[in-house]
Amino acid sequence: MDFLNALVALANFVIIPATAYGAQLALGALGVTLIYGILRFSNFAHGDTMAFGTMITIFGTWGLQAAGVSFGPLPTALLALPLGIAVTALLVIGTDRTVYRFYRENKAKPVIFVIASLGVMFIMNGIVRFLIGVDDQRFADGERFIIRARDFREMTGLDEGLAFRTTQGITIVVALIAVIALFWFLNRTRTGKSMRAFSDNEDLALLSGINPDRVVLVTWIIVAALATTAGVLYGLDKSFKPFTYFQLLLPIFASAIVGGLGNPLGAILGGFLIAFSEVGVTYAFRKVVGYLGPEDWQPEGLLQLLSTDYKFAVSFGILLIVLLFKPTGIMKGKSV
Amino acid sequence: MSDAATTPQSGNSKTILLFALVAVLFIGTGFVQSWNTALTIFNMGLISAIMALGVNMQWGYAGLFNVGVMGFVALGGLAAVLVSSDPVPEAWAAGGPQVLLGLVLGAMTIVAAILTYTKLPAGRLRALAVVVVLIGGFAIFRTVFDPAVEAVEAVDPASTGFLGGLGLPVILAWPMGGVLAAGAAWIIGKTALGLRSDYLAIATLGIAEIIIAVLKNEDWLARGVKNVTGIPRPVPYEVDLQANEAFLNAFADPVTASTITVKLAYAGLFILFLIALIWLSEKAWNSPWGRMMRAIRDNEVSASAMGKDVKARHLQIFILGSAVCGLAGAMMTTLDSQLVPGTYQPLRFTFLIWVMVIVGGSGNNWGAVLGGFLIWWLWVQVEPMGLMLMQGLTYFLEPGSALSEHLLDSAAHMRLLTMGLILLLVLRFSPRGLIPER
Repeated sequence: MDFLNALVALANFVIIPATAYGAQLALGALGVTLIYGILRFSNFAHGDTMAFGTMITIFGTWGLQAAGVSFGPLPTALLALPLGIAVTALLVIGTDRTVYRFYRENKAKPVIFVIASLGVMFIMNGIVRFLIGVDDQRFADGERFIIRARDFREMTGLDEGLAFRTTQGITIVVALIAVIALFWFLNRTRTGKSMRAFSDNEDLALLSGINPDRVVLVTWIIVAALATTAGVLYGLDKSFKPFTYFQLLLPIFASAIVGGLGNPLGAILGGFLIAFSEVGVTYAFRKVVGYLGPEDWQPEGLLQLLSTDYKFAVSFGILLIVLLFKPTGIMKGKSV
Repeated sequence: MSDAATTPQSGNSKTILLFALVAVLFIGTGFVQSWNTALTIFNMGLISAIMALGVNMQWGYAGLFNVGVMGFVALGGLAAVLVSSDPVPEAWAAGGPQVLLGLVLGAMTIVAAILTYTKLPAGRLRALAVVVVLIGGFAIFRTVFDPAVEAVEAVDPASTGFLGGLGLPVILAWPMGGVLAAGAAWIIGKTALGLRSDYLAIATLGIAEIIIAVLKNEDWLARGVKNVTGIPRPVPYEVDLQANEAFLNAFADPVTASTITVKLAYAGLFILFLIALIWLSEKAWNSPWGRMMRAIRDNEVSASAMGKDVKARHLQIFILGSAVCGLAGAMMTTLDSQLVPGTYQPLRFTFLIWVMVIVGGSGNNWGAVLGGFLIWWLWVQVEPMGLMLMQGLTYFLEPGSALSEHLLDSAAHMRLLTMGLILLLVLRFSPRGLIPER
């Protein structure tokens, strides 16, 4: 019985939160990795793109709520998500036209693109703060829990409760759908195949008649969809705050790099690796170990490897270790 | 190079004109707002210029993309605390030596792991041995380190709770800030400089976040988010000036006069450092060493074929540039008289410095300095300007309406937008900056 309790505690505090967080990171990292693979630069504005998309979705949610529309037990934000994606797609296509296209035509060095993306980051960050402010916004509604801790205890007779929040469940399901759709698109459709060809060998792709403008356009639309979805899921699960989204840049980059930049499968793997390490290293294992030991026994310390404030340090530490041994990430990534 | 060589005269007069323009901005601030404000902006402008010089060394000289400026600046700030604040004997008695022992053990663990990795033959056994060394070392480190930290932080946490510093004059902290930042840069450079440009950028971004996380959490070191205040000054205090009979008689408004005197004294000190740094940077730029750096920057492959050790030179310039950022960080903490880790944010201390370098002119020391002053002035002034703009806009709206309130509240965020716009416009239409490389 105690072993089961330990397992439930672990699931409650580590496995479920880390899976949800990992799914959010993976979606974010997929966007970063697509831009790196096809447009060939590290987009520093990605965190703020996520924030922008989420902000538009929040506005849509508020509009729907004001009109009395709801999604039953599910959060209304999911209904507003297409609007967020559409507006974000327009924004990123607009930035591509006004900013990045010039450098692409001039064959500028990748690092110039990165610096340009810093400028875009500043502007998007400014727009988001300007429109919605810097405060925390909670916009999750509908049912809060799929399983409540108390119900779980009554159901199973265990001491330890297991809570499974709706937002966590939705995150996992939506992320799964998004990933399947993306891979279907990349592997099965003509446009998706031309994107992969473009990513593998630009010159060859151009020779075989692939329209680069179309590839770039579709890439940005997909990136907008992924970024907005990741941002909305993160916001539903935790809360929306522009500065937090800007800070997500580091774990997202870490995920994409650890997995291998430019490799979509790697981005997913990296996302979960970073999420599980972050949660695992900063979780206090006292309770779990307590269940495994003899009756009424609890270890002295918290058995926490690092304090929670070192989350970013964990993502970066993993990043560094992987890069030292595998300079292009776990699954072979690209290099510009 | 060729067009600059044919018209050196026009290049110089443009530089002088631009600096004159910036001077007008600052003097105008003095007349329109107050001399106190103008000097406050000017002093931070001096520090920003030094940070920009450091980034310019890395980017302009060698093409290294460092987005971890904030971390080096923060290390400089830490140096100010470690050198100049008074030691706390009770805390040292409670666990000082044990904290140090813990740190040594931690460092030894890493060395042992590296040794294990290099000495053993590749294979599963080696991986296992490294993991065992790391986990065992970490456990020993925590058993020694944790109780000591707890003991130190328990000593009067409301006012100290940290080990304190050496109690030395604060001026000594400035070069120490450089040394501390250089040490960190050496470690990062050793591991990350072999990576490609984007990877280096993200590695430096990460290290900066870690340094801030350590500063925020390790209370025994610099009180964490409880902040160290009252760092001693290299210049006189206002109250002492106001207590001075001669000073009181010399000025009609001694209170304002004393604050301005203090700020002028800081400005004087900072200007001395800035001039020394520009002089050194220009000497380095025009030396064979500087030419070699530019050769490496422009074509790594051919420079390497000519027998230049690209990696060693990159490490060298990375350390030098970071040291300059550390120096600036120590100066800034001295100017503020306090270390507040919570205020170190990448938007302000990394990306804004980058805007300064790009706008001023990368690869030109004078350009970086100009960018430092100009962008800092804008960063401060855009907020009141934005507010004025919004007041103008909301003039047509009903006063007190939701929209006009919102517009007035969000005026503060105009500065990020403006900075991004300036960066993009300069990068597009004048990619070499206001004062281009010669």
